[in-house]
Amino acid sequence: MEPYLEYRDIRKSFGDNAVLSGVDLTVNRGETMVILGGSGTGKSVLLKITIGLLDIDAGTICVDGEEVTDATESSWMEIRKKVSYMFQWGALFDSMSVYDNVAFPLRERRLCDEDEAEHRVMEKLGLVGLASAKNLFPSDLSGGMRKRVALARSIVMEPHCILYDEPTSGLDPITSDSINRLIRRMQSVLGVTSVVVTHDIQSMFRVADRVAFLYQGKMAFVGTPAEARETTHPVLRGFIEGRDPDESEP
Amino acid sequence: MNWRPPKLLRGFEYLGGITLLARDTARVAFVTRWEWPDVLYQMDLLGVQSFTIVLITAVFIGMVLVLQTAYALEAFGAKLYVGGVVALSMARELGPVLISLMVGGRVGAGITAEIGSMQVTEQIDALRALGANPVRKLVLPRLVAFMFALPALVLLADLLGMFGGFIISAFSLQISGRFYLTQVFKLLQFSDILSGLGKTVFFAIFITLIGCYNGMHAKGGADGVGRATTDTVVISSIVILISDFFLTKLFLAL
Repeated sequence: MEPYLEYRDIRKSFGDNAVLSGVDLTVNRGETMVILGGSGTGKSVLLKITIGLLDIDAGTICVDGEEVTDATESSWMEIRKKVSYMFQWGALFDSMSVYDNVAFPLRERRLCDEDEAEHRVMEKLGLVGLASAKNLFPSDLSGGMRKRVALARSIVMEPHCILYDEPTSGLDPITSDSINRLIRRMQSVLGVTSVVVTHDIQSMFRVADRVAFLYQGKMAFVGTPAEARETTHPVLRGFIEGRDPDESEP
Repeated sequence: MNWRPPKLLRGFEYLGGITLLARDTARVAFVTRWEWPDVLYQMDLLGVQSFTIVLITAVFIGMVLVLQTAYALEAFGAKLYVGGVVALSMARELGPVLISLMVGGRVGAGITAEIGSMQVTEQIDALRALGANPVRKLVLPRLVAFMFALPALVLLADLLGMFGGFIISAFSLQISGRFYLTQVFKLLQFSDILSGLGKTVFFAIFITLIGCYNGMHAKGGADGVGRATTDTVVISSIVILISDFFLTKLFLAL
């Protein structure tokens, strides 16, 4: 398996709060890696440092075989063409329609003319089932629709890798399932490498090829979903079984 | 324990942040393409839509100024010359400073609220993730638009203030309109208007940079955006008043 993303001894603190204290992880090309962990454990921080939205304090990051640890903002711009990010709440631009949101990266980078952009935008909106919503504004959309538009916007550049930040949080089970199916579809149709940050266990079992568990600033477990189900790590077990490991049954 | 730097140190950090933002904005202004549709949109939003506040402020300041100045000049038997004194005050000082304070409050607060909301909903991160430079997309159009809009509004305010004074001097002080205007043109030089407008270009830069910086550094949710917006109004007002003194000294020396 060829590695696409490699994290070596990644450290990141905010003031006195050490969020990541030596993360090691490899994500292989074409696989879907799910990163599990509790709220505030640094999962989103790990995604943000992957495309240079946050700087790391120490460690090395490689993307597509190239070390990017000390990349300049213009080098990050190139990396962001290959690695896209789907934000937790969509982060759609309020002042733009759905169509303009999805077309934004194409127009910004001037990669194609308006006809080609329209073709690509409508194709991606079709893929997430929202072609008919192209003239709506973010304020007109439900939470699930926002996430689907955000997904369309993150794939319109046809990236090699997509980073999903809590793609199913705040959604009902049926909408969550449709998002999970879309994530699987992105992998099968576009062949992308995916990193999915979540604490939704059902979602993890639906989409993961491998699972990593972030605990106390480090990867406490990396393995397949089947191995995760059999784990002896008490906190990961509690996570999978949906119970607090410190609380015994009455 | 969370260590926080002392207030003075935080003040320097803030000043440094604003300076770096100014540097980044100057850099993108020279090396990247300008978003002219955004600049025009901002001119409408920041300039044209501030017209009402300018109209009311300028006319009433002009009227009050004539009443107060006439009262003071009467002691020297110089009430008739009120037109020139009022025109000079409006053009050199009151127009630029009061309009910058009024419009600056409105515009600075609006900029911080908008950019702050984008910051707390990750839209600024999204801009970067999608290949855009937030300084070029958000700061530059507002800065360019306001650098043109504020002097234009102040020029308009100068005229409106003089018009307000004209009305009061004609109907309340029984000074003939022709005499009022003669006094205005006798005392007021083109350089007086220019020095007033010159200051507003600097005020526009300060207001926009403070508004954008506070927005881009808003933390938390609605509460954080609210605090950042208040900070913008307070800080930009103080900066206008302090920098006015130094800019006045500078323009008098030129």
